[in-house]
Parts: sequence; C-alpha cells; structure tokens
Amino acid sequence: MHFDAFDRYHEKESFLHRLDPRVKALLTIIFIVSNALLPDGAWLAFVCAWLFLNAANLFSQLGIGYTFKRSIVALPFALIAVTVLFSIPGKPLYTFQFFMSTLTVTDAGFLRFVSILIRSWLSVQMAILLVAVTRFPDLIHALEHLKVPAILTTIIAFLYRYLFVLIDEVSRLLRARESRSGAAAGNRSGGGVFWRAKVAGNMAGQLFLRSYERSDRIYNAMMSRGYSGHLYTLNPHEMKPRDYYVTAFAIAVIFIVQVVGRF
Amino acid sequence: MHFSPTPLHIPDGFLSVAISVVCWVITIVTLSLAISKTNKALGEKQIPLMGVMAAFIFAAQMINFPVAGGTSGHLLGGALAAIVLGPWAAMVVMTAVVAVQALLFQDGGLLVMGANILNMGLVTAAIGYGLYRAVAGQSKAVKLGVAGIAAWLSVMAGALLTSLQLWLSGTSQLGIVIPAMLGVHSLIGLGEAFITVAALSFIIQTRPDLLGEGSESAKGGRGWVVAGGVIALAVVLLSPFASGNPDGLERVAIDMGFIDSGQSAPYSIIPDYTLPFLGETALSTIMAGVIGVIVVGAVIVLIGRGMKAKA
Repeated sequence: MHFDAFDRYHEKESFLHRLDPRVKALLTIIFIVSNALLPDGAWLAFVCAWLFLNAANLFSQLGIGYTFKRSIVALPFALIAVTVLFSIPGKPLYTFQFFMSTLTVTDAGFLRFVSILIRSWLSVQMAILLVAVTRFPDLIHALEHLKVPAILTTIIAFLYRYLFVLIDEVSRLLRARESRSGAAAGNRSGGGVFWRAKVAGNMAGQLFLRSYERSDRIYNAMMSRGYSGHLYTLNPHEMKPRDYYVTAFAIAVIFIVQVVGRF
Repeated sequence: MHFSPTPLHIPDGFLSVAISVVCWVITIVTLSLAISKTNKALGEKQIPLMGVMAAFIFAAQMINFPVAGGTSGHLLGGALAAIVLGPWAAMVVMTAVVAVQALLFQDGGLLVMGANILNMGLVTAAIGYGLYRAVAGQSKAVKLGVAGIAAWLSVMAGALLTSLQLWLSGTSQLGIVIPAMLGVHSLIGLGEAFITVAALSFIIQTRPDLLGEGSESAKGGRGWVVAGGVIALAVVLLSPFASGNPDGLERVAIDMGFIDSGQSAPYSIIPDYTLPFLGETALSTIMAGVIGVIVVGAVIVLIGRGMKAKA
C-alpha cells in the first residue's frame, strides 16, 4: 500500500489548490460556523451559502457537482433528527399511522428538520472540498499555524504516516483468518459468536503488540538520527498577498450571508 | 477498505453553536491536561508511541467478526486504549483518531469535533481506566470481567452524552433519542466488550510486563477510580431517569434557559418508556429498555437477512 493511499487529495493546478492551506482551513471552519449560526428557515441565506460553495467547487477545477457526489456520507445521521418532525408544536401538515401510533408532521417541525439537513449538507461538502484541494500533511501543518498544539499535530502526522503500515498489517491478519476459515459448501465455518469474538480479540491484541513494538523501533531509529523532540519541515508556508485578498473577500461574502439570513 | 461509521460521529449542523462551544471548552481543558501529563511521563518518546498507537486504534477498528444475519461486531477502542496505555495517553490517542476521521474521511464534523472527542475519547477513557483500576491486584478473571463491563459502559456513556447533546441542541427528542441510542449501543457495546476482553487476555498472556506493576498503565492515581466510577454510576442512574422521567431533565433545562418551549410528543409507542402494567418503577423502565433492545436487534437481523439475500 502506498503511503498516501488514504489522502483524498486530487492533483490539479487550480486557484484553490495553490491557496495557502491555512487560508483554506480557516475559511472552511468559518463557513461551517456560519452555517450553524443561520436561523431555521433562512432559505435565501442557505441558497447564498450553496452558491458560495459551488463557486469554490468551480475554482477547484473539480467540477461543480464534485462535492455533491461525495456528500452522501452524512446522510444516515439524518435519522437522528427525524423526531423533530413530530415533536415541535405547529400546524399539522400530514398525519399517518406508524405501528400502533399516529404521527403528525407539523410545519414547524418540518422547517426545523429541513434546516438541520441543509446546514449539515453544506458543511460536509465544504469539508470534503478542503481535503480534495489540500494535501493532508499540508493541512496538518496549517493546523499547527492555527495554534493547534504542536504535540497533537505531530501525533496526527504520525498517525497518518503509519496508518497505511498498520492497515497493511491488519489486512494480513484478516487474510490469514479468511484463509483458515474454510467451510464445506452449505456449512458455516467457525464456532459460535463468542468463539468468533475471541478470535477477533486475539487479532486486536496481536495487532496491539506489533504496533507497540514497532513504535519502539521507530523511536530508536529516530534517536539514532538525532531526534530531540522537534520535527522540522522543508515546506514552510508563506502567506502571499493573494491569500489575504481571498480571505478578506470570503469573510465578506460569509458576513453578507449572515446578514441575509437575519432579514 | 471499509469503515463502519457509528451513530456516535455527529456531523456538522446537528448541534447548536452553544453546545458545540461548551463541548470544545471541556475538551480543550481536559486535553491540555492530558498532553502535559503524557509529556511529563514519556518526554520525546511520546510522539512516536502515541502516533503509532493512534494508527493502531484506527486499524483495529477494521477487525470485525460476524454476529448474526450479516451484522458484525467491531471495536471502538477507547476503553482498551485506556487500560493498556493509561488514561491520559488514551485521551490523546483517541483525540488524534477522531480528528483524522473528521478531517480526512468526514466521519464527524469540524465544529462539533469537540463534542465527538468528548464522547468517544475522553469519557470512554475515563470509564475504561477508572473501573479497571478499581480492581488492580485482583485475579485475572475479575480484571477481565470488569474490563468487559467497563468497555460496554464506555460505549453506553458515549451514546448517552451524544443523546443529551442532540437533545440540548433541539435536534432530537429526549424520550426517543435516549432509548434509541442506548438500545443500539447496548448491542454495539457487547461487541466492544468481547473484543476488549479477548485482546486484554491475549496481551496479559504474551506481554504481562505491559500491564503489570510499574507499567505505564498502573501509574494512574486512585482519583481515576473515583472519576470513572462516578461517570459510570451517572450513566447507570441517568439512563432510566432520563428515559423514564424526561420531565425532570426538562425541568432542569428550562430553569437553566435551554429550552424555548415545552415539547410534548403527540404519539407514544411505549408511553414514557415504561410499561403500563408494571407502573412507574425502575423495573418498568428497564423492561422497556430490554424490549427496545430486542426490537432493535430484530430489525437489525431482518435488515441483515434482506441485504444478504440480495447479495
């Protein structure tokens, strides 16, 4: 497996790709906070935020529908918010039978439900776009500039660096289990649920020991190369005038979205 | 490769700004304490160890085992990490895992990441370690049993906190979200408990030095026993209280100004999550919980059968 097998970065030479990672991370967070601050039913503001998102998509050269296609990941969670459809008092819109009870969808409940989904849907798309136009190591580095403690960002960088190694390791464990779990046609392989849980647990324990010992070897290798508790980068980030212009412009747009949402 | 997103990863948009910020504050305070503690204990070794351990949790979440009807159990890892690495280290490790899940895979939001770290990393570690530490020096069987209970409770605590945050944000209704979340997670928690116990038993057999006296995991103070015990007790006591008597919690919320208007359900499947013929007792709530679990389990098995038939 390649070391950046998990990066969602798409190699392009777009305006958004060349922007400083700090600017991209900061604007994504501001956009998400702005969505959360918009009141329920601020349809015009939601449309403005959506246009802003599409403009960002366009400037990334990934195509306008790019983030839309991948935004389905947050959909299952919508189930959690379903109860607001019925629980907020308001004018009844639709009544139906569900098992032994009668459910009534109210207009206020519907408004709140749709607003929650739109907020979530807009936010997740911007987060998808962020990792599509920023290499993950750059993103981590940007977080460090944005005052996330260096220890945490370095640990995250290590997690990312060794993730593919351990995924390879776990794939070998899973393959070994598969290849030893043969069964005659029509028969189930393996024992009961407890037995299977025990096998999975032993695999987790095995993986833990291999990881633990690997971290020891990594530490020794780092020590022998002069590690003293600090990591250096050959890729210092520099803010260019363009980065400041984009930041100012995007914040102005998001501010306007907020104003539109309040009137 | 496959991921199993659980209903504990809250996406952006589902929590109000106020709740998100409160959770971030709690998370940041706890985490800065955790970082300074682990830094003192491990020094420069901290980074490679924690980074690889975080990658371990990520990879270990891929190990699953078939349960029934196409569903599978798998590990979340908070309790296991706390037991083998110590509570502070586990908190840092779980934070890194939750952060990468959100940043790279959009499994969980960014503004709500503080809440997700709190639910899946901090509370799970506190319970997992606190309960396990309480039986230090006991026999192996007792330790493993308690580790299993701790793992199950850590998942339940995460689910309970998530429900409360969703309710306080006005996204879900308390009387529905708590029984639903706790019902589903009482099953997910069983998978967590089995794998945690088996993994621990394996580690104790092969590398007893990692968990013995003088190891990193034995250094935590007795304060953890109190902290873990209190949170675990809160989960056990609050669940029937919250689902059986939401008025009490809502009263508190109204007094504190959380709720704008009283919300009442115009429907009821099991009224107030108690069974009428048993009366308003804890037994009744527990029975309602058990029935909920059986219903949820049956639905999951049926869905699993359906998916298997199609495949």
